[in-house]
Amino acid sequence: MPEPTTGHADLLAVAREVATAARPGEQIEAYALRSHDTEIKVFGGDVESLSVAGIDGVGVRVVVDHCTGYAWAGSLAPEVVADTLAEARDNAAFGAPDEHAGIASPADFAGIEAPAVDLWRDELLAVPVSEKVALALEVERATLAADPRVRGVESADYGDAAIEAAVANSLGVEATSRRCVASVAASAMAGDRDDTQTGSGFSVGRTPGELDVDQAARDAALRSTRMLGATQPASRRVRVILDPLVSRSILGLIGSALNGEAIAKGRSMFLGREGEQVGAPAVNLIDDPTNPEAFGAATHDAEGVPVRRNALIVDGVLRGFLQNVYSGRRCGVATTGSAVRGGFKSAPGVGARALHLAPGTRSLDEIVAATPDALFVQSVSGLHSGTNPVSGDFSVGAEGLVVRDGAFAEPVREITIAATLQRILLDVAEIGGDLTWLPGSAAGLTVVISEMQMSGS
Amino acid sequence: MTQLVDETVLDRTLHTALRTGGDFAEVFVEDRRTTAARLDDRRVEEMVSGRERGAGIRVVRGATTGFAHTADLSEDGLREAAEAAAAAARGDAGPTNVVGLTRQDAPRPHEVAVLPESVEKARKAELLARADDAARSESDTIRQVSASYADARRRILVANSDGLLAEDDQVRTRFFVNCVAVADTGMQTGTEAPGRSVGFELFDEIAPEEVARIAAQRALTAARARPAPSGKLPVVLKRGAGGVLFHEACGHGLEADLVGRDASVFGGQVGEMVASPLVTVVDDGTYAREWGTYAIDDEGTPAQRNVLIENGVLTDYMWDLQRARKEGRRSSGNGRRETYQHLPMVRMTNTYLLAGEEDPDEIISQTPYGLYCVALGGGQVNTATGDFVFGITEAYMIENGEITEPVRAAQLIGNGPEALRGVDAVGSDFDTWAGTCGKDGQGVPVSSGQPTLRVAELTVGGTAGA
Repeated sequence: MPEPTTGHADLLAVAREVATAARPGEQIEAYALRSHDTEIKVFGGDVESLSVAGIDGVGVRVVVDHCTGYAWAGSLAPEVVADTLAEARDNAAFGAPDEHAGIASPADFAGIEAPAVDLWRDELLAVPVSEKVALALEVERATLAADPRVRGVESADYGDAAIEAAVANSLGVEATSRRCVASVAASAMAGDRDDTQTGSGFSVGRTPGELDVDQAARDAALRSTRMLGATQPASRRVRVILDPLVSRSILGLIGSALNGEAIAKGRSMFLGREGEQVGAPAVNLIDDPTNPEAFGAATHDAEGVPVRRNALIVDGVLRGFLQNVYSGRRCGVATTGSAVRGGFKSAPGVGARALHLAPGTRSLDEIVAATPDALFVQSVSGLHSGTNPVSGDFSVGAEGLVVRDGAFAEPVREITIAATLQRILLDVAEIGGDLTWLPGSAAGLTVVISEMQMSGS
Repeated sequence: MTQLVDETVLDRTLHTALRTGGDFAEVFVEDRRTTAARLDDRRVEEMVSGRERGAGIRVVRGATTGFAHTADLSEDGLREAAEAAAAAARGDAGPTNVVGLTRQDAPRPHEVAVLPESVEKARKAELLARADDAARSESDTIRQVSASYADARRRILVANSDGLLAEDDQVRTRFFVNCVAVADTGMQTGTEAPGRSVGFELFDEIAPEEVARIAAQRALTAARARPAPSGKLPVVLKRGAGGVLFHEACGHGLEADLVGRDASVFGGQVGEMVASPLVTVVDDGTYAREWGTYAIDDEGTPAQRNVLIENGVLTDYMWDLQRARKEGRRSSGNGRRETYQHLPMVRMTNTYLLAGEEDPDEIISQTPYGLYCVALGGGQVNTATGDFVFGITEAYMIENGEITEPVRAAQLIGNGPEALRGVDAVGSDFDTWAGTCGKDGQGVPVSSGQPTLRVAELTVGGTAGA
């Protein structure tokens, strides 16, 4: 079992040893990762499962004669790392040559300083497991106690991870990163057999001490109980108010269409639209991983390039795309420090880390009070089966509350809301002032869309 | 082939796991090798190899499961993981007995003809170029093509304190093509991704060119599609395309762990009529060559064919070992996990609605107005409320009993029990569809399947006015 460590010099040493094995004419990039995870699930006042585990692994990219190969392994044992390098070399022989293929060089980010964000908390590793168990039990208890109409808690969990990584390449680029994250979550079931409604709540921080268990429990109870008695409304076109959790998900989809690789390959609804008005004037979309409040904050990207603030849409006008080294070369621009990777099992792609809209001023309550007729969307489903960032088609299941005469009215369920992502950006009527950083790569806030098609009965 | 971990080491590890008490201990060992190749933008961009091996150890004590895993398969590595799992289960009693291990392998549902590692990488890469050429030759308006090849060989071994020792060797191969078509109205995409629990012989059965042609035609169809309607309509699902509906509408709700948490609308309904009498649903992990098939599940239980709903009557739920032990019954062979780093839970395998007697063409001709769904993009369900969604990626209007214009992608939404009761025609044909099912953060390969059938009413979430 790998022990949690407070340093990651050994990871950099592993990556550096692979990178320095490069032969003449060969470029190598190595990525080493170690994470130490705790996951606790409770049910009915008992610990249902407790998992404490370490995961580590290595990913190696080899570029030779402009051909790329990749290999990974779930181990940092020296013989496994050596095998992985050999596999990546072998795999490079089967890639087709691409003049833009290659790893980052120091010249790709000359003059750009990495931000000083510290996302590591030694205290996470010092908290005994018993205290983490207590948090999970408490979120379950508090959810049940929050409202008499909550009849059960479908799931209540505590989880944390301490993740350390290093990247090194044969052109001398090196970077290390480490971060901690902890969370509690609960899903409440309200009502009886004939009318069950569910709602979840969570709290996220970098240490257990930052978690607000009561907030998570109250949210779960509120989101389930306010849906009791929900019915299916008639289909109509309607003004829509999106909860921050929902706007965060939609923002993530829009972000994937602002990926320079998708642009280079002609696979984005934003292709050829740079400089055009793609959103309402109130829309300012920024990816800012230098902000330490963002859960996706970082000092360097997945290729070892310093991250920076990238403004993508300014006053509704499309200003640029996110790039890694490869996509930037394809598009004829520099990397924007936006290489991301899903762990060690894949080579770096392109993506946002801390996407957010510039906030407005009003709170959700103020917005609702000024709204004669709208649909407030509390949650959506089928986001990945009903949306397409290439065509922009957007159709998702939804549930929420009717807003009538300045107040929340009856709950509605079994509806869909549909439009195109292009239309949604242009129809942004107001952005709330309630910017909320959430797990994942985007922040949420209340967003009002002037009109969408609601399907019901 | 040699066993992944020696029997005497397994035995000692189980003893360590139960040294401080506990009701049950298990060692799950996995060795997985994968190869993937991706073509995009006319180039084979990358060949990727992956290797992952390790063991997950769980110790069950009362209602609590302690779990730890390790990538170190030496006896020391396993002992440390066993101690960590035992500590997590909060054991502090005397040692618990471990029954001597006895091999209990299950018959293999089918033989794999061509193991992935026996095929040169160059041959895998060649398939991609064939798909690229075929897709682009369908039309000048196909502007982009990506194609992927992926294989996985997963050897597993399960040993537990009840004396079980079983192994399986699982091979899966999948091919994926995505095309972008450009039209006046913008870009549209089309995808096709067949997969089976076989080796390279998949390509004796499925030509890359044919996969590419289907994906390209799907993109071209979408490019001339009009906005989908909104509101409630009769929906006809083409064979194979709509199995996801049953996976979501009732499959998840019949998983015993969710039922046990009182988080399923199907709780307490065994023996009751929960669907139209035309509906018989089975989950069959033994279905030869299918994407969700295996000899043993990830707890060592042989795969089974389980009838879940028979002629509309709920007959049983799906079970894993832990939930079954609690109820004093046998597991149904549905205990699965994504990797050795995960705890098993109740999962589906190949979930099918069985064929009926009607002529599929007549189901369409007897539908005056409705939606005909040919391809789906996956779905999601809230088992506690029964509300589910699934995305349609290729669909057409039915007008006066005839298939007319294509409509753009949209979401369908319904309620599980209502949709099951609303099945009013079931055809005599049948096909399956491969996918990845996600639950609690773990993805496992599953298939779904059904004959052509009609649901009297589902809500279609298009952008066109009601």
